[in-house]
Amino acid sequence: MFRLRKNILPIISKTFLKPTQTSKNKLVIYLQGRRLLSNEADDKYSLKHEEVGRPLYFDAQATTPVDPRVLDAMLPYLVTYHGNPHSRTHAYGWESEAAVEKAREQVAHLIGADPKEIVFTSGATESNNVSVKGVARFYAPRKKHVITTQIEHKCVLDSCRALEGEGFKVTYLPVQENGIIKLEDLEQAITSETSLVSIMAVNNEIGVKQPIADIGALCKSKKVFFHTDAAQAIGKVPLNVNKMNIDLMSISGHKIYGPKGIGALYIRRRPRVRVEPIQSGGGQERGMRSGTVPTAITVGLGAACELAEREMTYDHAWMEKLSQRFLEKIFSKLTHVIRNGDPEQSYPGCINLSFAYVEGESLLMALKDVALSSGSACTSASLEPSYVLRAIGADEDLAHSSIRFGFGRYTTAEEVDYTAEKTIRHVERLREMSPLWEMVQEGVDIKTIQWSQH
Amino acid sequence: MSIGVTKMQILSLYKSLMRESQKFSNYNFRSYAVRRVRDAFKDSKTLSDPKLIKQELSFAKANLNIIRRQVIIGDMYKTDKLVIENLQ
Repeated sequence: MFRLRKNILPIISKTFLKPTQTSKNKLVIYLQGRRLLSNEADDKYSLKHEEVGRPLYFDAQATTPVDPRVLDAMLPYLVTYHGNPHSRTHAYGWESEAAVEKAREQVAHLIGADPKEIVFTSGATESNNVSVKGVARFYAPRKKHVITTQIEHKCVLDSCRALEGEGFKVTYLPVQENGIIKLEDLEQAITSETSLVSIMAVNNEIGVKQPIADIGALCKSKKVFFHTDAAQAIGKVPLNVNKMNIDLMSISGHKIYGPKGIGALYIRRRPRVRVEPIQSGGGQERGMRSGTVPTAITVGLGAACELAEREMTYDHAWMEKLSQRFLEKIFSKLTHVIRNGDPEQSYPGCINLSFAYVEGESLLMALKDVALSSGSACTSASLEPSYVLRAIGADEDLAHSSIRFGFGRYTTAEEVDYTAEKTIRHVERLREMSPLWEMVQEGVDIKTIQWSQH
Repeated sequence: MSIGVTKMQILSLYKSLMRESQKFSNYNFRSYAVRRVRDAFKDSKTLSDPKLIKQELSFAKANLNIIRRQVIIGDMYKTDKLVIENLQ
């Protein structure tokens, strides 16, 4: 009897333990399922991420993926042709030089410039630095005043701060509530001391287009150099340096489906604009930007520019279709949503919305399966409200609740629907939890409340 | 249709472009390629100048080769599927 038990027990435990384990699991799942179903309040506020997979990309203002056609143009220069484009003594250098010069032509063609007026840099940040600091410093003996706007990109503003430290005077033009500058303000700000006006073409956070042609004409009549940061505008809205009287223009590769780490600077030759180079070295790029030109990514920038030129109208029509679809969905379901920036004079691929009574960061956390940003990528680490939104006069609370939806060439209508539905659902959910929202529903004007001081 | 380029040629090119575009492993590239090819052929439907037709045809052929190469590269470095693909 004892031996029998001894022999049988392991067999029984081996065969029967496994099924009991799984049935136990089933029971647990069943119980949990019951609990989740039965607890309605929990269901309403819970943050379940039932969907699996990589998030959708809705941050085209931060960066864009490399277009397969661009990569296809780049690959030969990463795999086969490795010569230094500045080597003049052998075929390896010549073939690389030819590729770089072709890219220069492609970039120049997109903006209606001469290839000789294009300087390759590491990106729009470097282009902006060279333009702002370079022009200001070169003309410093005679003119020591620079004009820019309050909604410029950080790199222009920081360059201006550096100039202020060197004894320059800088005027930061305010913008109207729609994000566009007043031409009268600019006209009044220009003095005989002014050497440069730097105003971005399309804003990276609110997508507002400035009247570049009017600003260019004004600057020309006042004989002041005009620089525009066109990183977000190039290849998306038509720009022509001659028709718009632009003297310097910053271009970035990775905003137009090109590679990161490459950009370009347009510098007018007639009348000649001179800059003091920031980087000293071998005197490449007409001495304005020393350092070997990276052949492969330069070819990528050229290909991206050519592609952007060909696809501009097609892409723009798609952006308009998507943004209309998105806004219609959002505004049909949600109230108290404010669109930041001018609805007409803006690039349709960039939509900045403020959802009142919802905290922007918590909405971003809830929308985990969509890659979004509350503003520019450079400042997304800090919790401070964006200076661009403050400049357009948005209330502190609305500036905190803003989210930027950036559409790109590869965004599909299904993705837009998904994002709109998710946004609506989570805004409703977060508002449901908010005591402020409850007060608004009861008809209390939040602004009139005297919060007790502690 | 003009002499030199037959309707059959154009149709077979369209078919192979669509077939190859469907092979992109990346959801966004795939959707874009299919949409772009379809719209490009739709836009060029009214072309009558034989020179332009030939030009467009060689452009399409060059793009077919690009798509073929890029599908292979995309396949080598593919990632998990997007949220939206898992829903379907």
